Formats: sequence, structure tokens, C-alpha cells
Amino acid sequence: MDVSITVNHQTQHHDVEARTLLVQFLREHCLLTGTKVGCDTSSCGACTVLVDGESVKSCTMLAAQADGRRVTTIEGLATDGELHPVQQSFQANHALQCGFCTAGMVLATVSLLEEIPNPTERDVRLGLEGNLCRCTGYHNIVQAVLAAAGQQP
Amino acid sequence: MPTDVQRLDASSPSAAGRYAGARVNRVEDARLLTGSGTFVDDVSRPGMLHACFVRSPFARARIEAIETNEALAVPGVHAVLLAADLNPDVREQWHTSIGPDVPEVPRPPLADDEVRFVGDPVALIVAQSRYIAEDAAELVVVDYEALHAVVDYAAAETDDVSVHATIPGNVVGQMAGPPIAEVDAVFATAAHVVRETFRQHAYAPVPMETRGLVVEWSAASGEMTIWASTQVPHEVRLFCSRLLGLPEHRIRVVMRDTGGGFGQKVLVQREEMCLMLAARKLPGAIKWIEDRSENLMAAGQSRHEHAVARLAFDDEGTVLAAALDHAQDVGAYPTPWPVGTAAAVGMLFPGPYRIPRATFRSKAVASNTVGRTAYRGPWQFESVAREVLLDIAARQLGIDPVELRRRNLLRRDNLPYRSATGFVYDHVTPLETFDHAIEMLDYETFRREQAEARAEDRYLGVGTCTFIEPTTPGYGVYGTEGATIRIEPSGMVNVYVAGGSSGNSIETTVVQLVADALGVDIDDVATIQGDTAVTPFGAGACGSRSASMTAGAVAETASVLRDRIVEIAAHRLEAAVEDLELGGGRASVRGTPSKGITYGELARVAYLSPYELPPGTPAGLEASGRYTAATPQVWTNATHVCTCEVDATTGLVRLLRYIVSEDCGPMINPAVVEGQIAGGTVQGIGGALYEHLVYDEDGNPVTTTLVDYLLPTAAEVPVIEYGHVETPGPGPGGHKGVGEGGAIGAPPAVINAVADALAPFGVTITDQPLSPSRIVALLDEARRGDPR
Repeated sequence: MDVSITVNHQTQHHDVEARTLLVQFLREHCLLTGTKVGCDTSSCGACTVLVDGESVKSCTMLAAQADGRRVTTIEGLATDGELHPVQQSFQANHALQCGFCTAGMVLATVSLLEEIPNPTERDVRLGLEGNLCRCTGYHNIVQAVLAAAGQQP
Repeated sequence: MPTDVQRLDASSPSAAGRYAGARVNRVEDARLLTGSGTFVDDVSRPGMLHACFVRSPFARARIEAIETNEALAVPGVHAVLLAADLNPDVREQWHTSIGPDVPEVPRPPLADDEVRFVGDPVALIVAQSRYIAEDAAELVVVDYEALHAVVDYAAAETDDVSVHATIPGNVVGQMAGPPIAEVDAVFATAAHVVRETFRQHAYAPVPMETRGLVVEWSAASGEMTIWASTQVPHEVRLFCSRLLGLPEHRIRVVMRDTGGGFGQKVLVQREEMCLMLAARKLPGAIKWIEDRSENLMAAGQSRHEHAVARLAFDDEGTVLAAALDHAQDVGAYPTPWPVGTAAAVGMLFPGPYRIPRATFRSKAVASNTVGRTAYRGPWQFESVAREVLLDIAARQLGIDPVELRRRNLLRRDNLPYRSATGFVYDHVTPLETFDHAIEMLDYETFRREQAEARAEDRYLGVGTCTFIEPTTPGYGVYGTEGATIRIEPSGMVNVYVAGGSSGNSIETTVVQLVADALGVDIDDVATIQGDTAVTPFGAGACGSRSASMTAGAVAETASVLRDRIVEIAAHRLEAAVEDLELGGGRASVRGTPSKGITYGELARVAYLSPYELPPGTPAGLEASGRYTAATPQVWTNATHVCTCEVDATTGLVRLLRYIVSEDCGPMINPAVVEGQIAGGTVQGIGGALYEHLVYDEDGNPVTTTLVDYLLPTAAEVPVIEYGHVETPGPGPGGHKGVGEGGAIGAPPAVINAVADALAPFGVTITDQPLSPSRIVALLDEARRGDPR
């Protein structure tokens, strides 16, 4: 079936099988491999992207369900070579190690801060509960999110 | 960020370069933060095929027949390969760290006559896409005759059935310490003996990126290229070379980004062998990416073991002797040979304490479950058995657990100290990290808060764990690491080490060290790692060895290169060699900084105008060097202190504070050190409280998704507070390993904190994980008056 999605401001039009998940559409058809698959059960959040500005686990959504919508992946977050403040904050706070969960974690953070611009530490921890990281122990991620929100941890 | 640093030996500098010792931003981050990293599933090759496995649904069964015609008929399917297709091509199958002569458990790439655990690979399907391959896998019909399975390793020795026919009684191997009679004599006369049986459940490394590889065979050139998710690219090449009988230099292994390994990716396993064996039979590259269910079912278990632990004390609480009788589950196909790490549990059991007599017996026992694999501190059970028993002893002896440890911990004036099981400890600070962590907690204040809380029926507890761990192994394949440093014709610097990014920040570490060693700006240094075609051989990211071994390799190599720089600069500047100093990307005359020459100019001469070089000086500006470890291991020590509140109604444990004081020597990058500590600690917390790889009594795995296998999330984990004690170790820079310790120290600290919280109920904790249901059960038993 034909699916047309605006991904990172570009129209991506592909003929895909109906069972194609959004994450497969992004990785295999748009060749945007920054979005990762970590679990297949919507548990880990590595595949998190923004659909119309809201975080979605792209392994839970069919590409067809995103037809006609706007999707932002990690590749589309920086503007004109300038990292998004959340990306900058992740670097400054050593909030990533192996980097496999990072795309999903960063996009979940962008969505979280959109919803709660001045979160408490508890807000951040609960807000990122659906994104698993096995390297950092989360502490630096929480610090990075608070710092990106302009709060001194 | 709560951090406190103590330098105990003021005369020894901490990592005192311009960059070493600083919280330098990571060079890996630019690509990883923008989705530009290259993990194995991001690799695509022209005409690439995709593989998946048909796996056993039985814990033990005989394969009677396999029908593949229907699967082969699916459009897009290229091959359905069985044991008879792949296994006969195996030439040699040993891992470098173990060697060819150890009596290993057999590891057929695909199961041939018998399947030995649920998830055992039986057939390899190769197709145009993963979807087609999985559709075809459904159509492979395997006729099994189910057999009695040895599910419980603890009963496997007396089972009539052997997991492997070559291992009757299922004991893969055992080792023992000094004669038990001498130690038992001390127990027989000691004022107090404390004895307990501890059991640890199976849990697993669970890297966020599962295993996977892409293998491409070029028949025309006889070359094999492998893109791997691995911690050990050079070992993958060596192993593949032996497996297929291909010359090592015809194989190239490339890893740019690996999404965590934690031990699971330190050795080639059976699925990877299958891909290597299949590649020569197929027209294009083949990719296999493990899915999460496979990872939890077939990539390996760790930590499953039990022991009877004993400590003997005098009336003052001085430990007189220690003994451990230990057995661990190694599953059906342990990788690597597990007997050595089983023995390490026993050898390390006395820990960083003055214990004059100690012994152990350690056994590795097979079962029809997934094989044991390495996991961050594979001997970690030593600290569970010792530290939890010490707290039990403190309660029995009526001595405060902090005081009991202070009386027995190794002091600096005991060093070097030969442990009763044969290790020689030096350059360590067990008492200092312990005191530091206890001070950071403010122990006395916590005890007051605890008493006040108990008066309100709230149950707070504190637990500690102090351990010593071998890092940076200095023997065999681990004993050397190389580096090549090139100042390129423009003056920019490239450093080549085996390395490869698997989360340990080794790219940043190397760039920091080289910038300091040559005196250049860190932005002028790049590093190339993980590609066996261009990097020096190295044993990979394991054994907490990367920082200390690579620091040695960089030091050796930079020293040669500095001499060359000075030689050329002296000639150009008409100055004496001994009058030159290096810094700021140039060589200059000491005291006359204006008289100098940039590395760019030196490199121009060295490469583009060699006739301007001093007579006898070779052209070019690069050096290769190799460091050989100075000692059999580098000891690192740490203390973990944890406080918690336990809800005595629901059994829920909430961690309140978590303090780690460690001594990994001078830190190259404190942010990286703390990141390693935090990550390891949270894995240990996960193991103690949440994670459990569960099998039912028939040997069926029941936790094969991340819905069932509970990893810690941001919502549960505490803030980690760091206290650093910096005592230089024996190698270059004095750096010691720090990658594994967090996972070793956390479980006992958490268990002890929970046990302390529940002490008013008379609960003794010996088993994990401390799930709410287990705690409620313990409390119910205690209230009924049953001891456990």
C-alpha cells in the first residue's frame, strides 16, 4: 500500500506491505537508521520518534497509521548543524554511553519538556519510565533533562 | 553532582595532564546523539540476505527428522541450513582466552542429534528479507522426541541424565583451595561460627542492542568481512580464522558502535559461528540480528549459583577463617569455559579482609537451560556470600556491622597482603573507601533516623559491601595492548588502537591520553578503532582492562614518537635535543617559547620534504608500540553503602541513598568513571531487586520479553553519590579498571540494607531477587515464627 509521511520536513512516499511498522518504514524505506529497535514489545523505547510533535514508540504504530502525518526522528532534531538543546545537554552531562537508547531517550525528553516545561526530578523519572537504558544508570540522563529545562540539578 | 575526591598519597600526581583528569566531553557523542552511529543493524550491503533461526521448543529432545521442503518453497528463501550442512565445516573451535587444550563443553553450531535447551538453534533460514525468513521458519517441521530434561542444576549431579554424554554427572569442572582439614580445624575451636546457605537467581547482561552480525564472503579474493556487534573485534577475527580454516589476514572485522555488551559479547557464540559457516555457501552478505526474545532465551544467563558460606570468629569479632562450598549453573553451552570463573568466586570469597585461613570448593554444573556467559564481574557471588554473611554474623555476635568490618578490613600497613587463597593484594585501600563511604552517609545520624522511623512503624535499613576485584588481567591474550600514533602530513593526529565503542568511552579516553602525551589540542586528535584491518591486535573490552592497558600502549608509543619529533625539531631549530619541550602543538626551546616549530611544519618536512630531515632520521612521523602488563592483575577496591525503606505491608523496597567510594587510581575522566560506576551499580540493583531469568519446572523460559524480565527504569533507581579515593596502581599512569565493580558491589549492599530494615522482624535474607512477594513471604514466615 502507498504510505506518505512527512519525515524531518521531507515527504517520504513508499509502497509498503500493510504490516509494515513505522520503525521499519523509517529504517528500511527512508534509510533513517538512527531510530533503533530494542525489544519488539514496546517496552524499551529505543524506537521513540515524534509524530505530530508527540513521542510515540514507532514499533507500536503501523506506517499506515502515520500516513499524512509529520514525523521527527533523531536525524531531524538538529537545525542547521546546531544540536537541539536536549542533545547538547545529553553531551554536557555524559547522559549516554553506548548510544543505542539515546535517540529514543532524546526524543522522549523533547516530548516530555514540551508537555512539562519545568519538570521536577520526579516528573523526569516518571516521564522517562518507558525508555530503558542499560549503561548509564539513568542518573546523568535525569540531570541532562533537568539542565535542558534550564534547571540547575 | 555529589562527588568527593580523596588523594591519599599526595606525592603521587593524579592524572595530571591538560586533559587527563578532566571531565572532557566525549568524542563518541557527536554521532550517537544525531543518529549517525553505525550499529550492526545499520549496515547494509548490496544484495544482502537476512537470516533467522529455527529454535528448539523443548529443554531436551531427540531430533528425529527435519522437513524443510515447504520452507524452501517460499519465494525469496535462499537456503534452509541444518547441522549436517554447517557443522562438518568446523575446523577448530576454541576461544583465544581459553586455549585449545582445555576440555570444553562441545558446541555444535546447530543442534544435531539432540536439543539441549529451549532456544537451541536447529536450522538457519536465509532469505531476501527477515520477514520472509521468519515466515519460512514457521514452515520448517522438526520431529522431536521429548526427553527428560535436567532443569535444576542443583540436582543435576544425581540425575541419571547427562546434558552432554561426554560429561556424566553433569559436573563440567571443579576446583578447590587449600586443604579443608586445616581450615576446619580453626572452625572446630573458634568461639563463634556463622554459617549460611545463599542462593542467587539467574539474571543476564541484557544489552539494549541484541547480538548480531553481517558476514560477507568474497569468493574471488578469498576474503571475509564481518560487521559485528562485539566487545572483541580481533577475537572475532581470530576465532573465525580458526573456525573456517581461513588465513587470519583474509578476514576483516569491523565494529564501529556496539550497543552495550557487559560480557555477553566477549566471545563468539554458536549463532555467530553459523553465520560465519553459512557465508561461503551464499551469493551475498548475510545479516542476522537477534530479536529480544532470542536474546533472553539464547544469549546466555549469568549469576545462577549457590553456596554454603562459613566464617569463624574469636570473641572480639576477629575473623579467623573462611570457607565456601559453591556450585554454579552453567547451562547447556557455557561460553567461555566456566570453571575458572567459578573458582574465582571461591578465591575471592575472603575479600579485602585479614583472614588467616580460608578455602573453597567451586563446581560448574551443566543443565538443560541456556548457557552461562560472562557478565560484568563474573565472580560477583563472592561478595554476596561474604558481605551478607558478615551482616548476619554482626547480628549474631551483637557487634555493629560497621565496627565488625573496621576490625577486619585490610589496612595500608598490611600491604602487600597475601590472601589465604593465594592472591597478593597491593595498592589498595579497603579501609579508606569504607570509612569514606560511611562518613559520606553520616552513619550515626542514619541510625538515629532509623530508630525514630521504627518508632513510627517505618522500616529503614542500611547495608554495605566492601570488595576487591581483579582488573586488567596481565596474562595470556590480555597481557598486551598496542597503539599506533600518526601525525599526518598536515600535523593532525590519528591514534589507532583495537578498542571500538561499546559504551566504555574508550575513544574519548584515548584521545585525552594522546593529546596530553604529545602536547596537542584535543580537537587535533582523532582515533580509529574497531577495524581489524588497520588497528593493532588487542584483546578487547573485557576484564576492566581498556583504560589501563590502552594508557600503557599510548605511553609506550608516544614516547617513541616524541623522541622523533624532538630529533627533527632540534635539527630544524639548531637547538640541543635536551633543550626542547613539547606543548601547544609545537616543539620549542625551553625558556624561549618564541623559538619553536609546529607539528604541522615538522610533519610537512617528515612526509613531503624528507631530504630536509636530519641525516639518518627516517621519513614520516608515526610510531607503533605495545605495552605488556606489569602485574598479573591490577586490584581495584570499593565500598558501596545503600539505605532503603521497606514497606512491611506490601514488601516494596525503596532505595533512599546510594554511595560508592571506589579507588580506581588516578581518573582519566571522572565523568566516564562515574558513568561506569553508576551503570554497573544499577545493573546490580536490578539483579538484587527486579531482574530474574525464570524457567518453569519443565525448562521453559518464562521471561522472554522485557515485559516479563524487569530491567530497572529511571523511576526506581536512586541517585548515586560518588566518593573517589585515588591511589596509583602499578601500571603506567597508575590507572586501575573500573568497568565491572558497580555490578559486584551493589547486590550485597542492597540485600544488607533490606535485611537491616527487616531486622526487627527477625528476618534473615539468603535468596534473591528481593521482590515484594518474597519480602512479604519472609515477613509472614517470621510472624508465624518459622525461621525462613
